[in-house]
Amino acid sequence: MTDLSTSGAAAPRGPHSSSLLVQDANTRKRNAAESRFRLYGVIAIAIAILALFALLGSILYNGSSSFRQAFVVLDVYLDPAKLDKDGTRDLEKIAKVSTFGYAPLIAAAFETKFEDPEIGVEGLSAKNAAKLISKEGPAELRRYVLANPDMIGETVQFEFLASGRIDGYYKGRVTMETAKLDKNVSPEQLQLADQLKEAGVLAIKFNTGFLTRADASENRPEAAGLGVAILGSFYMMIVVLCLALPIGVAASIYLEEFAPKNWITDIIEVNISNLAAVPSIVFGILGLAIFINFAGLPQSAPIVGGLVLTLMTLPTIIIATRASLKAVPPSIRDAALGIGASKMQAVFHHVLPLAAPGILTGTIIGLAQALGETAPLLLIGMVAFVRDFPSAPPEGFFDPAAALPVQVYNWTQRSDPAFVERASGAIIVLMVFLLIMNAIAIVLRRRFERRW
Amino acid sequence: MSAGLVILIVLLIAFVGFFLGRTRAYKSAGGDIRKLHSRPNYYGLTVAIYAAVPALLFTILWLLLQPLYIESQVSKMIDAVDIPDGGSLDLVMTDVRRISDGLDVAVNAGTMTEDQIATMRADLSDLRARLGEVGIAVASDVQQNVLDAAREYRKLSTKLQIAMSVIVIGLSLAGAFISMMRIQPDYRARNTSEHAIKALLILSSFVAILTTLGIISSLLFETVHFFQLYRASDFFFNLTWNPQFRGGSDLGILPLLWGTLYVSFVALIFAVPIGLLAAIYLSEYASKNVRSFAKPAIEVLAGIPTIVYGLFALITVGPLLRDYFAQPLGMGNSSSSVLTAGIVLGVMLIPFVSSLSDDVINAVPQAMRDGSYGLGATKSETIKQVILPAALPGVVGAVLLAASRAIGETMIVVMGAGAAAKLSLNPFEAMTTITVKIVSQLTGDTEFASPETLVAFALGLSLFVVTLGLNILALYIVRKYREQYE
Amino acid sequence: MYDAPNLEKTVDQKEFKITADNVQVFYGDTHAIKDVSVQIEDNTVTAFIGPSGCGKSTFLRCLNRMNDTIDICRVEGNILLDGENIYDKKVDPVQLRAKVGMVFQKPNPFPKSIYDNIAYGPRIHGLTRNKADLDIIVEKSLRRGAIWDEVKDRLDQPGTGLSGGQQQRLCIARAIATEPEVLLMDEPCSALDPIATAQVEELIDELRQDYSVVIVTHSMQQAARVSQKTAFFHLGNLVEYGETSQIFTNPIDPRTESYITGRIG
Repeated sequence: MTDLSTSGAAAPRGPHSSSLLVQDANTRKRNAAESRFRLYGVIAIAIAILALFALLGSILYNGSSSFRQAFVVLDVYLDPAKLDKDGTRDLEKIAKVSTFGYAPLIAAAFETKFEDPEIGVEGLSAKNAAKLISKEGPAELRRYVLANPDMIGETVQFEFLASGRIDGYYKGRVTMETAKLDKNVSPEQLQLADQLKEAGVLAIKFNTGFLTRADASENRPEAAGLGVAILGSFYMMIVVLCLALPIGVAASIYLEEFAPKNWITDIIEVNISNLAAVPSIVFGILGLAIFINFAGLPQSAPIVGGLVLTLMTLPTIIIATRASLKAVPPSIRDAALGIGASKMQAVFHHVLPLAAPGILTGTIIGLAQALGETAPLLLIGMVAFVRDFPSAPPEGFFDPAAALPVQVYNWTQRSDPAFVERASGAIIVLMVFLLIMNAIAIVLRRRFERRW
Repeated sequence: MSAGLVILIVLLIAFVGFFLGRTRAYKSAGGDIRKLHSRPNYYGLTVAIYAAVPALLFTILWLLLQPLYIESQVSKMIDAVDIPDGGSLDLVMTDVRRISDGLDVAVNAGTMTEDQIATMRADLSDLRARLGEVGIAVASDVQQNVLDAAREYRKLSTKLQIAMSVIVIGLSLAGAFISMMRIQPDYRARNTSEHAIKALLILSSFVAILTTLGIISSLLFETVHFFQLYRASDFFFNLTWNPQFRGGSDLGILPLLWGTLYVSFVALIFAVPIGLLAAIYLSEYASKNVRSFAKPAIEVLAGIPTIVYGLFALITVGPLLRDYFAQPLGMGNSSSSVLTAGIVLGVMLIPFVSSLSDDVINAVPQAMRDGSYGLGATKSETIKQVILPAALPGVVGAVLLAASRAIGETMIVVMGAGAAAKLSLNPFEAMTTITVKIVSQLTGDTEFASPETLVAFALGLSLFVVTLGLNILALYIVRKYREQYE
Repeated sequence: MYDAPNLEKTVDQKEFKITADNVQVFYGDTHAIKDVSVQIEDNTVTAFIGPSGCGKSTFLRCLNRMNDTIDICRVEGNILLDGENIYDKKVDPVQLRAKVGMVFQKPNPFPKSIYDNIAYGPRIHGLTRNKADLDIIVEKSLRRGAIWDEVKDRLDQPGTGLSGGQQQRLCIARAIATEPEVLLMDEPCSALDPIATAQVEELIDELRQDYSVVIVTHSMQQAARVSQKTAFFHLGNLVEYGETSQIFTNPIDPRTESYITGRIG
């Protein structure tokens, strides 16, 4: 109080005559403002971290169950009367029996199971019981028979995927109540599933198929896997690595070590920094217009995806490479030039090896970015439903394939809620890959970081 | 012989040439490498470069020009009557290409022989069905003229393919041979190969320019095409977006632009204060422990792919906002909404804003802080009244960069904002953005030459121009700002 | 209600404005200031001299706790301002720095207008009730900073546009505007040309009437010109402290003599 009243500009000693040990009102007010401001900062940090945890938590919560899957183990009698009426074991004839022809075998297997007094629900026929098995089941059985025609007539123990609804029942997605309203599953089927689980016929296991299988159609989410997508992403990463790394390093070496200071160099530099900020979707348009429509490369092919991602990754790699080239002190260049090395030798023999860890780190981070990129791939046709694995490189680069992030998007567009779980599971897989790549980059940086 | 194989052969020639060149240099000096001008490896390298580089550049050029040439030759064979109503020459040519490819596939699969193809008549053999068997879908029944064109197409491409193989391999061998002949002890092999390498380095750095040119030309070319089919003034000023399958679409950009700006605005309202405050807290207040935890955590947010944010919007934030805010407030029933996309986009932008602000704040010289503390200012007073005003241009630049990011972001809005083009103020309503429509127009089943598809290129060009403009402005502001303190 | 302590203080003030007692400063593991005790008088210019890295600036920054802004810096011992320990837990450095102003080596005007530069201190400390008051303070400070005539027509222009000497006088005026009791100056002329230096030195001499001024300088001539008391620091120790005339003409410690005659430094 006294401070304010005596704050006339005249008295030099006026304003601060109070003791230092006592905070005056004004200081108290200012300190309160200080702690308020500090609190805003804490809140901001808290929101950011909370958002991170919510993001990761929601994905883990929704997706972790996709790594578990209900399987049903059945003894299937491969009835010759149905599969090979002539008994000739002629493969072509056997192949004529379509997938539908195999469904009764599974029903028959349930018939056998019903002989057990513990198993069986009133009003549930064997045919309806067979709907516990994924629609993929008969197809798998058929594939097995075509591969082993000698087994016809034998009884084979077979592990089937349970259908998506049954699987969902054990993951809390489907309940008795929802089953009543659902035309794809009935409460009786769920009761039977419980009995089978009791009897050890139905078991929840780790779902390797999620990582190895190809995508599956709308009505069999339980069979959908990431195999093609992982392979497709892998192919694209190979393309990106083989193109972006050499081109990026070459461009950086030129710009950092050789380029004269003139307008052409300026244009290149401006170009690179602007390319880094071009929306990714625009690169997709470029890929569609140039690589597919103009150059005639096939749609959905990893080569096109790889090319588009290469162009997107280049600025990242160039910026990282230039930074690490710049970090090599000029004395190293002078030393090499001083003993008669050419400029090119100085760069390739001395500067480049010293900059290599930084370049590698930048490249891995660029690859990680490319791996998660989705939008441009949508435009070059990678949303297509691809069931066949691409063949081995180099032809495989031109075969249709999916990509991990696009597969996620694809699955979110489907109506069956089981695909939400799959999509989240696919994200977990994607994040694990990214985590590994970033960890490698961090280790590389820690290990080889050099301070001059 | 496929292009891949040709390239492989060229590389092989270069590889062998390297060793031959090295040996030849060694021999020419009589085994005493001190007599050589350069080290033997450089002689080998020269041979390899001569063998590979001209041949490979020629291959690329050939591969780019070949389709143009074939197209121009073959399209002459198509008469106006062969073009169905509502179609275009482009579409027919697409069919020609497909049929030609299909024939190739059929031959490889063994379902057709070359003789069959040569004598085949479109009206007799059900070509469409047979191509369908090998997995090639053709839009309509095949006309005789089209079949002829396809046959010609096949013939020409095979012929040109062979011609290319011969020329390229010849070029490669000739290059290797010429450079081999030039090898003698005082041949300046190092200088030659270094010049060649430097040329390659320069070429690589031009990829950036080529990419930009590619982007601009592909956008511009199809946009001009679009404006020939659709009035530009309608595109820019029409207030409705309503594409139809059968023509007569309304393709006004304004509702999309509105959605884009609205979502971006919400995102920035969320991200800028949080990002800025987080950066301030971390650089001015946080203890070492807090910093070592919070900084990487925020950086992790930056490393997460946008598809993850998209899924987060779709399965978590959207339903949450709908169930706890939109429905109780009676403001809508849609889980995808401007707010959903905006908030998630905002979360994505937090690390972006915070790291840019961090740079900007740290660029303010310490002397400025000392000056303020020396006068008895508190930290927050120093930040609010000295550092932030001093850093303002930098912060503005950062916000512009973030805005450009938000406007160009695709996956989050595709999965979070919805698909309905609306001019509405209600943030709980689903709206759509430019990027969403680019995706939907280019992944749909409409034919490529229709305005409904081509509009995506016009949208893309608008997007490119806006984001580029924002970026250039932002970079200019930030650079000016930095110069001030350097 | 503050009468009683004020009385006590006036007694103290006559004697010493600042009393430092066995002050130790550590930068991490480095012992930067060793056992320094010094008494600084009111209405006096006290000069700290010594070779580079001797700790004179560090010690100066202890006097208004500017070292608090450096994480690894630790201060031990007592520094009393008017009999109150400024390192007491209850002391708010913000309040302290309002009493002990500081001018830095490099002129550091804020990127604001000249007016706002001066008004910054009074505003944050709440010294004025209205714009008119503030105008008075600004003018008075600029006059006392001996820069009023040069800037009175362009108060709304940025302070960064002034010349180096003007900027430094602006910074001094800015420090005066908060009505401090002590003014610390850390090599205020090292970035200035001779003419600007002369102007600032003249200003320092005038300021002595109202303030206790402590100036760190590496120029012995400057110390001799402007100060009444001089302290000589060497390797973190206070070697000698006394009347400026005595230090420069008849130093007691051989190290002081070596420095003054130019043998160390």
